[in-house]
Amino acid sequence: MTTLKINQLTKRFGRHTILENLSFQLEPQHIYGLLGRNGAGKSTLLNIINNRNFQTDGEITLAGDSINNTPTALQRMYLMSEANMYPKRTRVSDMFKMAATGYRDFDLALAHRLTSEFEVDERAQLNNLSTGLTTIAKLITALCVDVDFVFLDEPTLGLDANHRELFYRELLKTYEDRPRTFILSTHLISEVQPLIDHVFILHHQHLIKDEAVDELLANAWAISGPAALVDQYCAGLTILDQQTISNIKTVYVVQPLDEQRIIPDQVKIEHIDLQRAFMVLTNGKEN
Amino acid sequence: MHFEFDQSAPIYQQLADQLEEMIFTGLFAEGEQVPSTTQLSQELHINPATVLKGMNILVDQQLLEKRRGLGMFVTPQAKEKIMEKRKEGFYRNYIESLIQEATKLGITEDHLLTLIQRGYQHDHTED
Repeated sequence: MTTLKINQLTKRFGRHTILENLSFQLEPQHIYGLLGRNGAGKSTLLNIINNRNFQTDGEITLAGDSINNTPTALQRMYLMSEANMYPKRTRVSDMFKMAATGYRDFDLALAHRLTSEFEVDERAQLNNLSTGLTTIAKLITALCVDVDFVFLDEPTLGLDANHRELFYRELLKTYEDRPRTFILSTHLISEVQPLIDHVFILHHQHLIKDEAVDELLANAWAISGPAALVDQYCAGLTILDQQTISNIKTVYVVQPLDEQRIIPDQVKIEHIDLQRAFMVLTNGKEN
Repeated sequence: MHFEFDQSAPIYQQLADQLEEMIFTGLFAEGEQVPSTTQLSQELHINPATVLKGMNILVDQQLLEKRRGLGMFVTPQAKEKIMEKRKEGFYRNYIESLIQEATKLGITEDHLLTLIQRGYQHDHTED
């Protein structure tokens, strides 16, 4: 059981900074969510961690050793992404064979069960499959390789609702059977909220949240009521977003509320979900 | 059996509340086994750590007990314990909000008492 550490990671393309000074760590046996708006650099980050791209600065270590100096480190992590890295005419079954040779082990029995559950023909060529079925074939590979860290970049791309449900269930099943670390990068925040225990939010080159989901949501609020009373209650709070319909105002904050502060009768304070919290945290334009 | 989750409280708390309700209504009888963390996690698509946290709330309240190697079971006095707990909360959860709403509607104390009595009579004629 080892920890993957990302230390002061920076990525620039020319004069453009994509990721700036990110530090965080991935512990054994967690299901992490990596969230960010389009273009926030989620895929770039995952590619760098998996050695498919290079950082401008910073270091990634596994059990204390830099992954660039430890060839075996990359065998302990797997990245499933949109990129198609397979030669033409690769069949689903070939994909499994390649994974089996590249990693410590591959659970072929599970792969067979999953292709039958998802109704994927193992003899089919990848480039003849629909977007959804291609995603499924890649997902099955990711769930069956024996690694300590499984990175899933857009794991539900093109999947219908039934297949997404099946995927969530199979993910939790394999997680129970063989506890390891999963990192899900997705825009379907409401669907993954109950699956993930910890969330990373990337925004404007920075990691703006690195927190247990329960803790983040415990301090994420919608405060609504007559505008004047809401303003009075919210004095001094950092208002992330707000909307007003005639005289009714709703204000969103993500911070602990002072329990001593008196709540006016007509003001209602409610919890918000992860998707809403994400939206209000990442709404602002860059300065 | 039906679990449903909203944003009113953390998922582990809602899971604990709903399991408690299922024990209270007798869906899981005293001494009976409840679904395992694994089952609940996979069926409800909830992180197993979250499910465990919810179950442990009920273990702390002595409504559930772990039997080594077998799983999680409803304790023999679970229903009684839930009754006690709910009686304690009855005033705060029901009476206070009833009076609040009645006040907003301009219903007097006497009228409210009459309404409660009528509710009981109605209940009897229904039987």
